[in-house]
Amino acid sequence: MTSVENIFKTNEGAQEMRARSEISAKEILREVGSVLRMSEAEAAKLGQIPADADEDQTMIINMGPQHPSTHGVLRLMLELQGEKVLRCKPIIGYLHTGMEKTGEELTYMQGGTNVTRMDYLSPLNNELVFSMAVEKLLGIENDIPERAVWMRMLLSELNRMSSHLLFLATNGMDLGAVSMMLYGWREREEVLRFFQKVTGLRMNHNFIRPGGVAADLPAGWRDDVLEILEMLPIRLAEYDILMTDQPIWRERLQGVGVITADEALALGTSGPILRSTGVAWDLRRDQPYLHYDKVEFDVIVGSYGDAFDRYAIRINEIRESIRIVHQVLDAMPLGDYRIQNKKVTPPPRARIDESMEALIHHFKIFTEGFKVPEGEVYSAIESPRGEIGCYIVSDGGPKPYRIHMRAPSFVNIQALPHMMRGGLVADAVAVISSIDPVLGEVDR
Amino acid sequence: MSDATTDVDVTPELQPQLHGCPVSDSRGQSVVHPTRAQYVALMKKLLDGGYVMCSDLTATDYLTHSGRTLPEGIDAERFEVVVNLTAIATRDRIRVRVQVPESDPTIASLFDLWPGTEAMEREVFDMFGLSFDGHPDLTRILMPEDWDGHPLRKDYAIGRIPVQFKGSNS
Repeated sequence: MTSVENIFKTNEGAQEMRARSEISAKEILREVGSVLRMSEAEAAKLGQIPADADEDQTMIINMGPQHPSTHGVLRLMLELQGEKVLRCKPIIGYLHTGMEKTGEELTYMQGGTNVTRMDYLSPLNNELVFSMAVEKLLGIENDIPERAVWMRMLLSELNRMSSHLLFLATNGMDLGAVSMMLYGWREREEVLRFFQKVTGLRMNHNFIRPGGVAADLPAGWRDDVLEILEMLPIRLAEYDILMTDQPIWRERLQGVGVITADEALALGTSGPILRSTGVAWDLRRDQPYLHYDKVEFDVIVGSYGDAFDRYAIRINEIRESIRIVHQVLDAMPLGDYRIQNKKVTPPPRARIDESMEALIHHFKIFTEGFKVPEGEVYSAIESPRGEIGCYIVSDGGPKPYRIHMRAPSFVNIQALPHMMRGGLVADAVAVISSIDPVLGEVDR
Repeated sequence: MSDATTDVDVTPELQPQLHGCPVSDSRGQSVVHPTRAQYVALMKKLLDGGYVMCSDLTATDYLTHSGRTLPEGIDAERFEVVVNLTAIATRDRIRVRVQVPESDPTIASLFDLWPGTEAMEREVFDMFGLSFDGHPDLTRILMPEDWDGHPLRKDYAIGRIPVQFKGSNS
């Protein structure tokens, strides 16, 4: 056993980007991307950027953490030569609140309230992946009632729409299409209004829980969904006129922040960023969960790996989500919305007055929580931003021994230096926006 | 992209092996348990065998855990580095768990194989204090750089910051 001083004394360098004269050649090579498995020609092209010469010609500036286009508190240190970005280093942690540590202190019942706050733009996907991991540990993943599974799909797809609509809004705002910002928020609000009706909250729902969902769909839910589904295609067509077909918009995005398929895979990116490079990897199709193997939809793939592809993928994924939700509406069965397993699901309120066992179960679940067998499991689903994973280690108690969330934004954001290299500082905003990071999930 | 790695040989003792490392099954997910010495060589073979994406790299501190089942020949240590790999072509996943002792909390970096592990290894260093040999920039990533200790270790208390409110005891 090492002494306490040895455990807790750490001696690490500064997190900031440092001047070229202060760091090793290896570190520079890493920052300019030559560690990626590139062909020699590509690597040579990197070296041709003339600026990699003198330190007195370059300038290191901070972008963020309080910059409106950094989507929260992302801080980028950029080395500029004139208008050109030579190096870039994302510095994160400004929103770190120790949610994984907090998760070790909450029961599996309470855990949903914690994870839902990580990626606050797709809270239902966070809850879903957490619930799926817990259900796998409990061994009840195949016993979830049909209605609950389809409800989870409905909510997850609507959440994908609301998240992508917010992306369209912020992407427009970052690039100067301010009217798009208003339209995007307006449409997203329609979806959030439905969430409020179903879950009681606009965001941070804690609605999808281990064993099913918290409540049944309210009366009139089908009409509300249909209203959204009828409204969106018309609005999406308007966005196409406003942005997709517009030369200024294309000029601003096409060829900006290009990343190749090899780079994207080596960096571990997922979601629209990976798909923009032409890799058709969507967990909904490739490793189906819920009932995604029973619905028809297309995986949208780009070909150039630039910011425009990432924009186009997201706008078309909204259309695919509309397709999926139509099929979910047709398939939605009647029945239970949560598993009838007394060890996991609290009894209905009325039973508590008449049954001693119900009272005991109710008391145990809400004070101690239900116990989950010892083991460890990783579950992954496709969130709007990419693969969101949940790794849970259980020691047999009512609280997770260790809970780790694989946050897609945390990984995707590491692709920034490679996308920005050699670009203009004005395009930096377009590149950040096209990654669509949620800093709550990056920092956790 | 061969599928050679997905063939699991069954040895006479019925302990499945993959590239000489024991494989166990955790709720239907296959988990490989290399030693620290085998770690990088195994990862290289997995990468060559089609696991082109390193989805996740994290760690667990088993200090207060009541006991876990490990395959024969693998000694439980305090720390465990957990790597989740994905094979795009075969739509397959595999998990690698490596034991890291408390007395020597170091392990080789996977940066040369998957550059995307850079941030994840920094996070593990930050949260658990495990150091990664060969990592180009091993600094804290989430906590402030002058922070003492590693928060996700089990002997790191949660702690509180005194907040002054009317009528509050803290």
